[in-house]
Amino acid sequence: MSSSVHARVSGESLAVRYTLTALALAFMFLFLGLPLLAVFAEAFRQGLGPYWTALVEPDTRHAIMLTVLIAVVVLPFNIFFGLAAAWAVARFEFRGKSLLLTFIDLPFAVSPVVAGLLFILIFGRNGWLGPWLQAHDIKIIFAMPGMIIATLFITLPYIARELIPLMQSQGKDEEEAAVSLGATGLQMLWRVTLPNIKWGLLYGVILANARAMGEFGAVSVVSGHIRGETNTLPLHVEILYNEYNSVGAFAAASVLALLALVTLVAKTVVEWRMNKETAMLDAALPMESTSA
Amino acid sequence: MNRSSPHRVLPGFGLSLGYALVYLSLLVLIPLGGLIARSMSLSWADFWHIATSDRALAAYRITFGCSLLAALINAVFGLIVAWVLVRYDFFGKRFIDAAVDLPFALPTAVAGITLTTLYANTGWIGSWLEGALGFKVAFTPAGIVVALIFIGIPFVVRTVQPVIEDIESEVEEAAATLGATRLQTFVRVLFPALFPALLTGFTLAFSRAVGEYGSVVFIAGNMPMVSEITPLLIIGKLEQYDVAGATVLAVVMLVISFVLLLAINTLQWWAANRHIANRDEAAEPLVGEAA
Amino acid sequence: MSIEIRNITKRFGNFVALDNVSLDIPTGELVALLGPSGCGKTTLLRIIAGMEGVDEGQILFAGEPTTHVHTRERKVGFVFQHYALFRHMSVFENVAFGLRVKPRNERPGEAQIRKRVMDMLKLVQLDWLAERYPSQLSGGQRQRIALARALAVEPKVLLLDEPFGALDTQVRKELRRWLRRLHDEMHIASVFVTHDQEEALEVADRVVVMNKGHVEQVGTPDEVYTAPASPFVYRFLGNVNVFHTRLRGAWAEVDRAENTETAASRSDTLAFVRPHDIEILRNAADHALSGRVLHIQAIGPLVRVEVEHQHEIFEIELTRERHAELAIASGDTVWLRPRNVRVFQGNSLLDDQTFDLGGGI
Repeated sequence: MSSSVHARVSGESLAVRYTLTALALAFMFLFLGLPLLAVFAEAFRQGLGPYWTALVEPDTRHAIMLTVLIAVVVLPFNIFFGLAAAWAVARFEFRGKSLLLTFIDLPFAVSPVVAGLLFILIFGRNGWLGPWLQAHDIKIIFAMPGMIIATLFITLPYIARELIPLMQSQGKDEEEAAVSLGATGLQMLWRVTLPNIKWGLLYGVILANARAMGEFGAVSVVSGHIRGETNTLPLHVEILYNEYNSVGAFAAASVLALLALVTLVAKTVVEWRMNKETAMLDAALPMESTSA
Repeated sequence: MNRSSPHRVLPGFGLSLGYALVYLSLLVLIPLGGLIARSMSLSWADFWHIATSDRALAAYRITFGCSLLAALINAVFGLIVAWVLVRYDFFGKRFIDAAVDLPFALPTAVAGITLTTLYANTGWIGSWLEGALGFKVAFTPAGIVVALIFIGIPFVVRTVQPVIEDIESEVEEAAATLGATRLQTFVRVLFPALFPALLTGFTLAFSRAVGEYGSVVFIAGNMPMVSEITPLLIIGKLEQYDVAGATVLAVVMLVISFVLLLAINTLQWWAANRHIANRDEAAEPLVGEAA
Repeated sequence: MSIEIRNITKRFGNFVALDNVSLDIPTGELVALLGPSGCGKTTLLRIIAGMEGVDEGQILFAGEPTTHVHTRERKVGFVFQHYALFRHMSVFENVAFGLRVKPRNERPGEAQIRKRVMDMLKLVQLDWLAERYPSQLSGGQRQRIALARALAVEPKVLLLDEPFGALDTQVRKELRRWLRRLHDEMHIASVFVTHDQEEALEVADRVVVMNKGHVEQVGTPDEVYTAPASPFVYRFLGNVNVFHTRLRGAWAEVDRAENTETAASRSDTLAFVRPHDIEILRNAADHALSGRVLHIQAIGPLVRVEVEHQHEIFEIELTRERHAELAIASGDTVWLRPRNVRVFQGNSLLDDQTFDLGGGI
C-alpha cells in the first residue's frame, strides 16, 4: 500500500520512466559505447597478426616507454604540490585563499594548445630563455623536458582539487588531537593525515595519470613530433593515422583505450572504498548539532 | 572565522603555502604573465588586426558556435542521464555510471580518430547518415560538435548527479500533497533546485569545449573559414613561425577562459551560498535553545 | 597542576571572543565553563590547551608562564567535542598514539605501551573493544575512548569540550557521574565546556558562567544558582520571574501598572525571584501581589502554576502536596508572596535594597 502510494506521489509514470531510460541509454551508447567498440574493432580489423606486429614496432614501443616515463616523472611533483596546497588551504585561514584556489584551477581552463605555447614563449628559440639555453646547449622545447613541463602544467590541478574538499570535510580535529597528544609534524602527517586521505590521494593520482598519459594538445605543441624520440603514444597515434596506417594507429589507440578502461575500473573501486568508509562513519555517528 | 593571531597549532603552514605558491608561480603564473607580456610588445593596432582577421573571426565563430551547441545538447542529455542514474533502477546501471567518465579517461587523440572513423562516409554511423539522410558529419562543423559532445558528457552528469541525490523526497511529496502534478513538481520544485548545478555543468562543458584540440582536429577537416577551430589556427601560426600571431590568438582564448572560469566560480559560489543560507536558518533555533 | 589565566583577550578579526578574562583553577578541581553559544567558552578552553593563541594576557601552569609553550609540550589531555578519534586506527592504537609518538628516549617499550593502554581501557570499562574501529562504536563509547586516549599520556590538565553534547539523555547522565568519579581518582585540574546548566551544576566543583567574552560569575554550583551575580546568570541558570520595580529610598517597590503607561518608562531596576521561591496564598495578605491563575500543569514531581498580574505572567513551582493543599484552579484569584528576592539595577546588585510589593491587593 505505502509503496504504491509512494510510486504515485513521487515517481514518474512507467511510460516516462522507460522513455527517459531509453533516451539516456541510447545517448550513452551512441557517444560512448560505440566509439569504445570501434577502437578495438578497427585495431583487430585485419586480425590478431597485424595488430601484434603494429604493437611491437620499435617506434610504437618507444612511444609507450616515453609515455610511461613522463607520467612517472610528473606524478610525484603533482603529489607534493597537491598535498602542500591542500594542507595550506584546508587547514589554515589566510588572505587570498579563494584567489589561490582560482589559480589552481587555471590549467583546467586554459586550452592545451595555449599551454604548450606558454612554454614555447619561454624556452623556444626566440623565447625569453631561448638564447641562454642555446648557448649552453640545453634542449627543452622539442625534447623531453618540454614535454614534462607541459604535462606538469596540464595535470597540476588534479590531485590538489581532489584533496582540498576531502580534507576540508574531514576537519582538523584529528590532527589537533594528534598534536595535543604530543605528535610532531611529521608524526602527525605520517600517522594521521596520510592514512586519512590515502584513498582520495590515490583517486587524484589515477585521474592525473590518465591525463598525463593521454595528453595530446599541449605535448603536441612542444614535442616536435620526432619519431622514436619525442613521440608519446597519443602523438604516435596521430602520426600513424595521418599516414593512413589505420591498423597501426588503432593498435596504439587500443593500448590507450585499455589504459582508460583500467583507469575507470580503478577509479570505481577507489570510489567504492571511499564511499564505504564515509558510509560507515555516517551510519555510526549520531546526528550531531554543530552549534558552538 | 578569521584567525588574526599568528599562533597556529598545526605545523607546516609556511612550508606548505610557500611551496604551493612557488610551484604555482613557476609553472602557471609566470608563464601566463609571459604570454600577456609578449602580446603587449605588439602595438594595439597590430594586435587588433591579428585578433580580428577574417580567418580568426571565422575560427572564433566555429569554436564558440560548436561549443555552445555541444554544451546545450550535453545539458539536455546530461540531465536525463543523471536523472535516470539516480532515480531509476535498471540492469547494468553501475556499469553505465562508471562509463560516464570515459571521456575523462580516454585520451583525446583516441577519441578523435575513433569518432572520425565512425562518422566518415565509410564508418558505421557515417555511412548510414550519408546514405539514408544525405547528411555529412565528418570533416564538417557537425563533426566538431560530435567530438565536443563526447568530451563534455561527464561535466554535466557529474555536476548534476550529486544535487539530484541530495534532493529530499519529502520536498516532492510535499508538492504532491499540495496538489501539484508530477510535471508541475518537476518544473516548479525540482528544476529550480537543479538549475545552478545544470548551469555550472553547462559552463564547464562549454569551457572545456572551447579549448579542446585533440579530439576535434581529426574530425573537423580543418578547412579555413569553414571548420577550423581557434586552437588549430594557433598551431598553424606556430608551424609557420608566426609566434606573434599565435600569441595574440592565445591571449584572446586566455581572456575568454578567465571569463568562463570566473563565471564557473561565481555560479558555484551562488549554488553553495543558497545552501548555506538555508542551513543557517535551520541552525537558528538550536542556538536559541542552547541560550 | 594549577592553571592561572591572567587578563586574556582574544579577537577574531573584529569580533572580541574574550575580553580581559582572568581565572584561577587550582589542582584537583573540576571546573565547568558555562555559557551560551558564542560566549567564548570553547575559545578559552582552546587557549588553555594552546590550540589558539592570545592577543593579550598570560597563561600560567603551576606558576610557570605557558603562554608561548606549544600544545605538544603542554601536557594537556584534550577531549574534542566530536571526539576526533583517528578513524583508521583501532581503539587500541588510538589510545596508544600519545605513547608511540613520544621522543625515542622517553618512549615506553611495546609491553609497557600494551599494559598502559589496557589499563586505560579498563579504567573506562571498554577493554573488550580494543580491536574495534571508531566507526563501530556508539557515541558514548567513543566519548570514553577519547577520554582514555587523553589520559594515557598522564596529562597534568584534562580539558573537555562539550563532552556530553552529542549524546542522548540517558548516556549523558551516566557519563557525568562517571566523569566525576574519574576526576576524583586522577587528582588533576579538569576543565569542561558546556552550555547545559544542569550538567554544570551537577558535575562541577566550581562553575564559571560566561557571556559575550566576559566572566559573569565564578562560584560553587550552589552559589551561582542561589546567589547569581548578574541578571544574565539569573536568566541563564534556571527559570526566573522578573518584577519591574522602582527605587523609593531604601525600598524597591513593584512597579504597579497604574503608574506605568509604557514599558519604556519603567526604570531598569529589576527584582528576580526563582519560581520555587514564590508562595501562593488563597487569601489577601501583606506584601503579596494579587493575580489570576491562568494555567496549571504537573511536570514530574512539581506543579507549575502561571499567574497573571497586571498583564504580566509569573511562573510559580509548587510541590504536588502544596498544590493539593491549595486546591486552586484556573481562573481563581490568588496572592503571591516571593522570598529570596535579589534586586539589580542594570547589572549591579543592590545589596541593601529591600524589596517591597507595596502592601497587598
